[in-house]
Amino acid sequence: MSEISVIAVLDDPVRRSLYDYVSARGDGVSRTEAAVATGVGRTLAAFHLDRLAEAGLVEVTFARPPGRSGPGAGRPAKLYRRAAAEHQVSVPPRDYRAAAELLADVLDLTGAEPELQRAARSRGAAAGRAARRRDPGLPGDDLVTGALAAQGYQPYREGADVRLRNCPFHLLAARHPPLICGMNLALVEGLLAGAAVTGLTARLDPRPEECCVVVAASKTNAD
Amino acid sequence: MTGHHLAQLNIGTARGTPDSGEMAGFMAGIVPVNALADTAAGFVWRLQDGDGPGATALRPCGPDVMVNMSVWEDLESLRNFVYRNGPHLDFMRRRRSWFHPMAVPYLVLWWIPAGHVPGLDEALSRLDLLRRDGPGPQAFTFRDPFPAQPRAAGLHVPGPLPGPAPGRPNRARRPGSVNDEAEQR
Repeated sequence: MSEISVIAVLDDPVRRSLYDYVSARGDGVSRTEAAVATGVGRTLAAFHLDRLAEAGLVEVTFARPPGRSGPGAGRPAKLYRRAAAEHQVSVPPRDYRAAAELLADVLDLTGAEPELQRAARSRGAAAGRAARRRDPGLPGDDLVTGALAAQGYQPYREGADVRLRNCPFHLLAARHPPLICGMNLALVEGLLAGAAVTGLTARLDPRPEECCVVVAASKTNAD
Repeated sequence: MTGHHLAQLNIGTARGTPDSGEMAGFMAGIVPVNALADTAAGFVWRLQDGDGPGATALRPCGPDVMVNMSVWEDLESLRNFVYRNGPHLDFMRRRRSWFHPMAVPYLVLWWIPAGHVPGLDEALSRLDLLRRDGPGPQAFTFRDPFPAQPRAAGLHVPGPLPGPAPGRPNRARRPGSVNDEAEQR
């Protein structure tokens, strides 16, 4: 299937919202869960989830719900999760990925990481200030979560921390971990500072298949 | 991978002497980071000496060049520690404030028979090989790894390599002028 055909599979509001839900969850999602979360019937959800699987946008696994095993537990449920493959379409043809890889190679060679981190921090701060201007009264946590979501990080709560399900720079980060993870950290630090949010601190805490940055509640929570 | 372990050497030109302000963060971090390595899954051995934390007092490549050498059960163990351990990744993120950038490879990986303790001569000759010929089965990088090959010439004969194995295809790279980390894929 060509890249553009894969993307075209998402051109349906129900399918798109199912994809967004599965993609943001991280673990396997059952048909029933996806149907409830997106407000459609189970049969319709199953139909669209299987179209997404055919296109390779989601992967299918089979598992029994926790706590059910042995004889009489029934058939394992079909579970869906976001596929790892990336798809990009640009019209007219553009190749920013190749340019980014070249730039990252040169930054590694020349050791210009402190400058990259400085630039990233200031870019993050601009995004944080813009988010604060849009919603001056929003609590810090919500402001940060919204701003990170807008940048594609897919934030989710874990206790008092905000974890980031998605690395917007995944391929580059896999190729240049210290360079890109350091840039990511500086972006998020800048965002927190720009949004004038207290009580949250960004630090590196890599997990497989997630962004390497976690936004953790500081010890002295002023929120 | 049974029967083989992975050795790594990594060198860096320090921006100051170990007791200088420039290197204070590095010197303060090296002991806790080494302690993390020692307890990491797949860790086998690391180079140490008596005069400083870790191998920081060894200077086989010149007065400013620090070396770091370790052995791991396999490539994935080392990769997990280097890139997926938060404190270590954070340490690496800050490396430019302590070490000058290098336009040639400064990290080399190679397979050794399990139980063998690599010497610095052996390690530096692998780095030379990588710099001269680019990544190959006897000297490679994270970005361009090679599997352990039990029958490969030289693998069971640890020690300085005299040169490329006879009959090895010339990889047609500009010798010594290419950073392999920057050239892969």
